[in-house]
Amino acid sequence: MWKQNLRAISAILIIWLLAVPALAAPLEFNMPKGVTEISRDVYDLHMLTFWICTVIGAVVFLVMMYSMIRFRKSAGAVPAQFHHNTAVEVVWTVIPFIILVVMAAPSGKVLIQMYDTSDAELTVKVTGYQWKWGYEYLDKGVSFFSTLDSASNQARQLDSGIDPATVDHYLLNVDKPLVLPVGVKVRFLFTASDVIHAWWVPAFAIKKDAIPGTFTEAWAKIDEPGTYRGQCAELCGRDHGFMPIVVIAKPKEEFEVWLAEQKTKQAASLPAQGILAVH
Amino acid sequence: MNDHAMTDDHHDHGPDPHPIRRWIMTTNHKDLGAMYLWLSFAMFLLGGSMALVIRAELFQPGMQLVNPEFFNQMTTMHALIMVFGAIMPAFVGFSNWLLPVMLGAPDMALPRINNWGFWILVVALIIIASTLFLPGGAPAGGWTLYPPLVLQTGASFPFMVFGVHLLGVSSIMGAINVIATILNLRAPGMTLMKMPLFAWSWLITAFLLIAVMPVLAGGVTMLLTDRYFGTSFFNAAGGGDPVLFQHIFWFFGHPEVYIIIMPAFGLISHIIPAFSRKPLFGADSMVYAMCGIAFLSFIVWAHHMFTVGMPLAGELFFTFATMLIAVPTGVKVFNWAATMWRGSLTFETPMLFAIAFVLLFTVGGLSGLMLAMAPVDFQYHDSYFVVAHFHYVMMIGATFGIMAAVYFWLPKWTGHMYDERLGKLHFWSTTIFVNLTFFPMHFAGLAGMPRRIPDYALQFTSFNQISSVGAFGYGISQLLWLYVIIKCIKGGPKAPAKPWEGAEGLEWTLPSPPPYHSFTTPPVIHH
Repeated sequence: MWKQNLRAISAILIIWLLAVPALAAPLEFNMPKGVTEISRDVYDLHMLTFWICTVIGAVVFLVMMYSMIRFRKSAGAVPAQFHHNTAVEVVWTVIPFIILVVMAAPSGKVLIQMYDTSDAELTVKVTGYQWKWGYEYLDKGVSFFSTLDSASNQARQLDSGIDPATVDHYLLNVDKPLVLPVGVKVRFLFTASDVIHAWWVPAFAIKKDAIPGTFTEAWAKIDEPGTYRGQCAELCGRDHGFMPIVVIAKPKEEFEVWLAEQKTKQAASLPAQGILAVH
Repeated sequence: MNDHAMTDDHHDHGPDPHPIRRWIMTTNHKDLGAMYLWLSFAMFLLGGSMALVIRAELFQPGMQLVNPEFFNQMTTMHALIMVFGAIMPAFVGFSNWLLPVMLGAPDMALPRINNWGFWILVVALIIIASTLFLPGGAPAGGWTLYPPLVLQTGASFPFMVFGVHLLGVSSIMGAINVIATILNLRAPGMTLMKMPLFAWSWLITAFLLIAVMPVLAGGVTMLLTDRYFGTSFFNAAGGGDPVLFQHIFWFFGHPEVYIIIMPAFGLISHIIPAFSRKPLFGADSMVYAMCGIAFLSFIVWAHHMFTVGMPLAGELFFTFATMLIAVPTGVKVFNWAATMWRGSLTFETPMLFAIAFVLLFTVGGLSGLMLAMAPVDFQYHDSYFVVAHFHYVMMIGATFGIMAAVYFWLPKWTGHMYDERLGKLHFWSTTIFVNLTFFPMHFAGLAGMPRRIPDYALQFTSFNQISSVGAFGYGISQLLWLYVIIKCIKGGPKAPAKPWEGAEGLEWTLPSPPPYHSFTTPPVIHH
């Protein structure tokens, strides 16, 4: 009888989830594996921890569920009176400690790799503004702002009357994306001009604060061409939710061609969308 | 630990008969305990309304109800009100009501300070809440108050700083009172290791409060001087560093979250043994575990700052130290489970909340373990995964501890049994809706949804809709709780001194309700 109810409730829930309007993409439940070796390592670490936590949670849950059924007073259970057991307590202190070591070791290894920004072929300076990003290809003479695209910006106004489902990549589209080469170690330098922002692209497993007055860094070596989207991840004021990041990764040769075109265009239209150095 | 206790003699005078003067001037721990609890409930409903504004806007992509500036005010104020107005005062209320009667003391050690602690808190909360009505509105930079953003706050900025100072004064006064009471007023024969677990949890919490509230005060004062007096603590152009604030804030902030949960640990350690009819498993270890958690809480603060660009050694240290907290916390969870094991269990409302606390706090603690690992935290930080984590441990953990304790001691406080059927209904409704609200947030965060945003990309829609429905259901359920409490105060089956068969402690030797002044002569503890 309860199985029927369970099935009915599940059916209703599933239908409701599927029928939700404005659902442009299949439901994502998990972190993306991403397109860099580091992002895949991060995903693996996440899944390792997730499974360990699930097992621990399940064990606690099952022990308590068992107790609730087996040791009910209404079933005639008579309480034992023991209230300590040193051996057991030692075991469930030491075993978690060992599990932590198992988790900590790969954690340290991946972090050390993430911190090694040496030998990058290209450096991009990323500057956070209220409320847009600025990108500068260091020593290449190319720089520009990247702002929320106008279709999203119009739709997101209060009572705009525009259905977000009709907007291409609502809130995750910009007027001028960052373009990067595939297969090349790219180093990022982050800073900001006003308040703290943060640059987050899940596909690269990069999230770094952009702090006014200083630089933080990260690196990525993108394995696959494609378009990767992210958002600002540090509350930065009114339009914190409206300054997305779009990265287009192109094969190296295409990227060089694109970069050369940008450089020519920018040199020809001084003063164009240049960015003043921020210190 | 306690057999018979000498209950109150008959010399007592009752409360001040003047209806208003009584509540303003009272120094009685039972009065002040009740006042803190009512204040907490009112702030819970206020902070909850702000959460419902947030969840209403987030029900669908697009902006339908509020503009982004007001949305940020709501997220900021929701957190400030809930942390400083709802959760902390609730546990202070419990400390006031319960510590003297658990310890066999006539009142708290410093009754007049107790009164001031309460009323200063009221003034502080009024000042903070009133900023909503100032030009420019309430602070909107997050409850974490990071500069430079917080320095863009308008007219409400100095009021917020002043309010935070007053909150700190109130907490510190209360903490001193707790320590003085516990160390000096225990009944003869009650050694520290025979002391009830709730008293231990508050002794530790009080030391944490005294250690870290001044640090918060220092931090917000530095914000004040940066804004008005030309200092550059957090301004790089003047030689300072915005990240310095984050270190100062989180040095307060991390112990703060243990301040928030530790009293709940203590309360649960009373409730589970009572309904298992079995002594708490490993009571000594429970004390050591709380001490371990408290010590570790001072050396992990930068796990809130993993993306700030700290040196590698720092990131590694804070990862490992944070992970270590899982060990003493795990000991506590296992000990609660072991208390139930081979007990004789009944499932009255307090026990339902206590069991749910253990399970759901464990969920929150495990997501905390995931967050502890810096390289993966880069994907979780400032996303809804973090929002899910802290709501599981605070919103479900601490709050379920409060709910369990209210049901457990309500018969003692009021002299009436509450309506058990309605209590269970409140439990199931609350539990189902609160999980509907916060569990999907794990997925929203993993899928890439940042926090503190008023609008979102379409792939986050389903999670947000479920959360919003859950939030409204949860909010309505708490009105049921209010009804149950008021109904119980007004009447109900008469509660005996010890309504719960398995309850242990001096408070259960007193009549329900206890006289206005109890234990004016201390009981003698035999063993």
